[in-house]
Amino acid sequence: MTMSIYSSRRRTNFIANALCWSAAAFGLSWLLLILGALVWDGLKGLSPAVFTQMTPPPGATGGLLNAIAGSLIMTVIGVALGTPLGLLAGTYMAEYGRYSKLTFVVRFINDILLSAPSIVVGLFIYTVLVAKMGHFSAISGAVALAVLVVPVVVRTTEDMLLLVPGSLREATTALGLPRSHMIVKVAYRAAKAGMITGVLLAVARVSGETAPLLFTALNNQFWSLNLNAPMSSLPVVIFQFALSPYKDWQQLAWTGALIVTVAVLALSITARALSRQGKTQ
Amino acid sequence: MTAMPAMLATAMETPTKVTVRDLDFYYGDTRALKSISLGLYLNRVTAFIGPSGCGKSTLLRVLNRMYDLYPKQRATGEVILDGQNILSPKLDVNLLRARVGMVFQKPTPFPMSIYDNIAFGIRLYERVSKSELDSRVEDALRGAALWEEVKDKLHTSGLGLSGGQQQRLCIARTVAIHPEVILFDEPCSALDPISTSKIEELIDELSDRYTIAIVTHNMQQAARVSDFTAFMYLGELIEFDETDRVFTAPSHPKTQDYITGRFG
Repeated sequence: MTMSIYSSRRRTNFIANALCWSAAAFGLSWLLLILGALVWDGLKGLSPAVFTQMTPPPGATGGLLNAIAGSLIMTVIGVALGTPLGLLAGTYMAEYGRYSKLTFVVRFINDILLSAPSIVVGLFIYTVLVAKMGHFSAISGAVALAVLVVPVVVRTTEDMLLLVPGSLREATTALGLPRSHMIVKVAYRAAKAGMITGVLLAVARVSGETAPLLFTALNNQFWSLNLNAPMSSLPVVIFQFALSPYKDWQQLAWTGALIVTVAVLALSITARALSRQGKTQ
Repeated sequence: MTAMPAMLATAMETPTKVTVRDLDFYYGDTRALKSISLGLYLNRVTAFIGPSGCGKSTLLRVLNRMYDLYPKQRATGEVILDGQNILSPKLDVNLLRARVGMVFQKPTPFPMSIYDNIAFGIRLYERVSKSELDSRVEDALRGAALWEEVKDKLHTSGLGLSGGQQQRLCIARTVAIHPEVILFDEPCSALDPISTSKIEELIDELSDRYTIAIVTHNMQQAARVSDFTAFMYLGELIEFDETDRVFTAPSHPKTQDYITGRFG
């Protein structure tokens, strides 16, 4: 190799490297700015009252208790409805119907659902549930969230089961185990960490959703555990309070945003830790 | 074909456990096995040798209907196990697989403890008490010459064992449910020489009680462990005879070329 080729190659490498670094730094700096602003403004309003009092009318003191409880309730119900459906569909696609046409169709539709704007899901549930029931309700909010959970869980379940080596499947089959045993006792066990990660990611995704709840659960300024009535939630309260002209509402919106972000972050870190643990097993 | 009478004489002495007759196998439209006919003799080791792609693993996977897992794979002809055609669609394949065990090229311990790897299969077929299960697990591990190495860590993950130990765990798991035939699909190709010789000794011991078929790329291994050897080439059975005869006086020039390393 001649010296000139070598030095030009070094120069190209240096330029490419510099471009990559600056692009990464540019992207990360915005993320850090957003997080910084969130922590800075969110922390200012953080007090025990946030977790013990209801959302206040303008000018009064209050907290986010009803919104936090509402978010928890609807997320839990949504995930509880969506997860079994997603797990079963993903299992069918990876195990029973791996070579069937139906699987290709379901996978295609699932991918569309995965990237569907959540406001469309909200409108859909509004039409089929809220309009039929005649009023907004927590349960329709939960169903809207479930519709968002399903494609995430289907996708991760299928992907994780497809990663289970075929040799393990054959080895189980070679012992004379029926397919159902093979799936439950061996494939699920081998894919466990990844599948749990999928469910946690689905939780993280829906716990920040505003659009599907706006048209379904609406909002509720008071404490309510009635699933058949409108229910408050953090994202909707943030949406409403942040756009208001009142300083104390805006402050609560910042604090609410911080709480949602920290919760999602904690879930993502748990998911990461679990999937890493799964790899070393 | 001077070897024929001697082979038949042996066959007269030893009953066959599995008889393959006019077996053809297709991957989609590709014919991978061409009118294979041979017998696996009771409590004898039969080795299948031949270059890659000759169909020896395919043949093995017919014997426990493993190919059923995949679409577009089919077998025609007859494979008789104790008088029953196992290619019959009416056959309960899970029961067949309990009678015909299989050990694979890559060790495949299940993601669970050493104990559960073995107890798993037993629990599926039998209701046994805890103490009986314990002794069955111990028997299986002793049978696979693994007991001394793992008796103090039975409840740790089977994935933590070395490759050779994992392979013996898989053999123990297969033996634990008391099959009649054991199929080995290149069981040593991922193992070091010491582990390989342990597995070979094990196969030798197992042949007292089980009918064994082994696919191997290693001709010395075939010569060491087997009583009969089948040489396959391009989906056809070229030669099938007593191992000593195949390796010292093969009747077919192709066999001669292969075992002397002229091709494959």
